[in-house]
Amino acid sequence: MVNPFDDIPGTTLFDAQRSRQGYHLNMFCMSLMKAENRESFRADESAYLGAWSLTAEQTEAILMRDWNRMLELGGNIYYTSKLGATDGLSFQQLAAKMTGSTQQGYADMMLAGGRSIEGNRSKSELPHG
Amino acid sequence: MAKIVAGVATSHVPAIGAALDLGKSGEPYWQPVFAGYDFSKKWIADLKPDVIFLVYNDHASAFSLDIIPTFAIGCAAEFPIADEGWGPRPVPPVIGHPELAWHIAQSTILDEFDMTIVNKMEVDHGLTVPLSLMYGQPTAWPVPVIPLAVNVVQYPPPTGHRCYMLGKAIRRAVESFDRPLRVAIFGTGGMSHQLQGPRAGLINKTFDTAFLDAFVADPAKLAQMPHLEYVREAGSEGIELVMWLIMRGALDDVVNEVHRFYHVPASNTAVGHLILENRV
Repeated sequence: MVNPFDDIPGTTLFDAQRSRQGYHLNMFCMSLMKAENRESFRADESAYLGAWSLTAEQTEAILMRDWNRMLELGGNIYYTSKLGATDGLSFQQLAAKMTGSTQQGYADMMLAGGRSIEGNRSKSELPHG
Repeated sequence: MAKIVAGVATSHVPAIGAALDLGKSGEPYWQPVFAGYDFSKKWIADLKPDVIFLVYNDHASAFSLDIIPTFAIGCAAEFPIADEGWGPRPVPPVIGHPELAWHIAQSTILDEFDMTIVNKMEVDHGLTVPLSLMYGQPTAWPVPVIPLAVNVVQYPPPTGHRCYMLGKAIRRAVESFDRPLRVAIFGTGGMSHQLQGPRAGLINKTFDTAFLDAFVADPAKLAQMPHLEYVREAGSEGIELVMWLIMRGALDDVVNEVHRFYHVPASNTAVGHLILENRV
């Protein structure tokens, strides 16, 4: 069955399937709400991640800080942003990274009124399909 | 009998709280945002509600993927401020109103809304930023608050229609409470914004303006809008706007629009704000 949400470009819906896939990834991020866990993670990221039943792909995406890949593998932005906060990144800094923009370029786009909805409603509107 | 005297809708952008907490509210970037609430601060100081019923969403602070309640009503005497990864916001703890909260929980459950009753809950920027926008930086919040946390993180959130009908049930609950309390109801979140993926930064002023208009004039029709349209037009996080419909359902069909404010941007988000009153 075609999921109509899949037609929205550049957008990952955090639905049941992704929530199941990303449970451990997101709960790892949740653990970073505690200062002592942030310290343990920073001290040895691979060892800390080893305790979380993550797939090899999820572990690699976290270590590489591949924010879009984390979303594809079941991450949710409100959870992955806690990893961002651990790295000292704000929501806007994360957004710039996920859009492939520079920090200044993204901030300028927002000041100019944000990303336009025109051309961004449907994948059918994209120049390369 | 208690009654609902007004509705406030507002975005709850975390960066607004950070700007206030870090003393940046007078900077050119932030000054227009806070100026949009100058009227509102005076208005609520005059209104002096006895209780605020505040609809917001938790952003993986009090709740995680372990338990995901659709509607969670805070019945505690006090709600501590959550540490969202940067330390708790330097704002006073939120004082609850357990007597009215329990009454609303009981009444709405018997009215066939299956509420989750919460006796221990930290509250995050979703709840504290609206209070900061309306009351500034007091040493103690001047009013008790009943939090209603709505799931909008895990798909699917409740439908707009379900939220609108819950608002009506909350009004019936308030009006059956046997004390003359004056209650203001807040619906928070939105407006258009997307925080994730390559489409992050989406803003749709046309959608937001139409939403504000319909929210005031024809909420029953607006409540029929499907989730797909919210996500497509207002962004993956713009779906928070369903929470506004709980506030709207608790008011009369015909209301006075007392104040409207709209501004882009606050960080990644379009800020929208309305004050509505029933025509007496």
